[in-house]
Amino acid sequence: MTVATVPDMNPPRRKSFYKRNEIALTPWLFLAPGILFFAIYVIIPIFQSFNLSLYAWDGLGEARYVGIANYQELMTDRAFEVSLWNNVKWLAFYLLAIPAGLFIALFLNQTVVGIRLYKSLFFFPFVISQVVVGLVFAWFYNPSFGLLNTILGWVGLGPINVLGDPTMVTYGIIAAGLWPQTAYCMILYLTGLNAVDPEQIEAGRLDGAKGFRMLWHIILPQLKPATFICFVVTIIGALRSFDLISIMTNGGPFGSSRVLSFYMFEKALSEYGFRMGYGAAIAVVLFLIMLVFIAYFLFSMFREERGH
Amino acid sequence: MFPTPIEKTSRPWQLTYQGLLPLALIMWLLPLIAVAIFSVKPAADFTTGNYWGAPSSFEGIANYMAVFTQSDMPRYLLNSFLITIPTVVGCIVLSSMTGFALGIYRFKSNLLIFFMFVAGNFVPFQILMIPVRDLTLNLGLYDTKMGLVLFHIAFQTGFCTLFMRNFIRALPFELIEAARVEGIAEWRIYWFVVLPLMKPALAAMAVLVFTFIWNDYFWAVVLTQGPSAQPVTAGITSFNAQFGVAYHMLSAGSIVAALPPVAMFFLMQKHFIAGLTLGAVK
Repeated sequence: MTVATVPDMNPPRRKSFYKRNEIALTPWLFLAPGILFFAIYVIIPIFQSFNLSLYAWDGLGEARYVGIANYQELMTDRAFEVSLWNNVKWLAFYLLAIPAGLFIALFLNQTVVGIRLYKSLFFFPFVISQVVVGLVFAWFYNPSFGLLNTILGWVGLGPINVLGDPTMVTYGIIAAGLWPQTAYCMILYLTGLNAVDPEQIEAGRLDGAKGFRMLWHIILPQLKPATFICFVVTIIGALRSFDLISIMTNGGPFGSSRVLSFYMFEKALSEYGFRMGYGAAIAVVLFLIMLVFIAYFLFSMFREERGH
Repeated sequence: MFPTPIEKTSRPWQLTYQGLLPLALIMWLLPLIAVAIFSVKPAADFTTGNYWGAPSSFEGIANYMAVFTQSDMPRYLLNSFLITIPTVVGCIVLSSMTGFALGIYRFKSNLLIFFMFVAGNFVPFQILMIPVRDLTLNLGLYDTKMGLVLFHIAFQTGFCTLFMRNFIRALPFELIEAARVEGIAEWRIYWFVVLPLMKPALAAMAVLVFTFIWNDYFWAVVLTQGPSAQPVTAGITSFNAQFGVAYHMLSAGSIVAALPPVAMFFLMQKHFIAGLTLGAVK
């Protein structure tokens, strides 16, 4: 800048550095606290866990570098295999929440008296903590007095001990998890159904489409955003399953209902000893599984962003 | 509207539908109804094996009173509030700022930072568990409410940023441009233009985060251990240990623990549902 030779009566004040770069600087100032928190508690810990999985550490003494020994041990660990296999079951069966949610949403998508209250009450299970859902279902399955066996008794079946049977226990817990998850998908679909274009339905009706064909060719394509969100939250929910297992069976019987998230917790923090490094290795495996889905979600979002 | 509106269908189907509705609801909520009935039964019903019959006497008031007077439950409930409310406030503050920055400004790494928040929001808790526990221990915050609050704020910022940013993107950008032409400082645009418009989104987000945090169990177990800091989700396990097989007490305790988010949901229903679907299904 050239300095005026003749001093002005009101010299234009030189703008501050911030003022000159306001548009460029402001977003970073606004982002700083959020990024700081997120980096300290989320981003950096991910890398720390990766690092820790190469060590043997009891949480107190010195950590000892062991290379990939923890991962080698995982390969031969029966309990790890059971947990991994249970995770696959969770992923597969938890997805039933999506068609179930759609079914209930279609059932409730009417305008009769009191339907709003019905919709809210159907949504109820999602608002309740998984801890309470777990307790409630543990009693529901109880072999001596549970409602399930009482009902089975009426038709001359049972009694079955769902949570005490290694072959049934995981399915029993997944069923409990499906209850709130179905409610979640239901509400997403109900909102989606609200936005379905009525003209397309009318056009479809004129073309003679009805029932399942109408649903498949006209309604479902329009519900795609809802389906995507259902898919995201259900996959995440399946891989995060921990509360229900901890409350209902504590991993049992004989560790047959463990999943990776629970097994990791057990190895790292419970009475089975503080094997932090081994726990971190399990967490890394779980993270890598999740990463496949995260990458897919982000890719879909990215395409969406580009589209705009 | 799909399926065919009920008023356009045959009379018998209309009646069937009206009858099916309450029936389906009862089936759907059966486990909860059972617990509600358990919670008003006297202890004697369980020793005599009267599990599913009508309560022999109504002991609801006595049972719920006992939850509040004979256990640490009030303490756990208070802890839950003292953890949940500061977390909600913290999330609103942080994510309204990050959402504003990512929603309004165009700069090179915008999308990258946004995706970092989104991706972080999806990671399994276990990959964070050991480092976060260590960090909390080193800060001297293990077994304190503060330790939990700080972590929850940080983690929920991921979800909340996604939420806020998508909402702000949908605002008419001309408003901001008009303000800039007027020469209004950027932070004033945030405070006086964008923030007032975000009120419904903030309400929706607050209800959602309240529910998420109230219902958190994993982090409560990892970062706290006693009645001094544990929220009700973790506290209920010690409550259960205390009452053993006293099912009337366990049921009453569960209902008390579940109630605040339920109340929140019914009070702010419109916001809640808007929140669950915002940015995705409009």
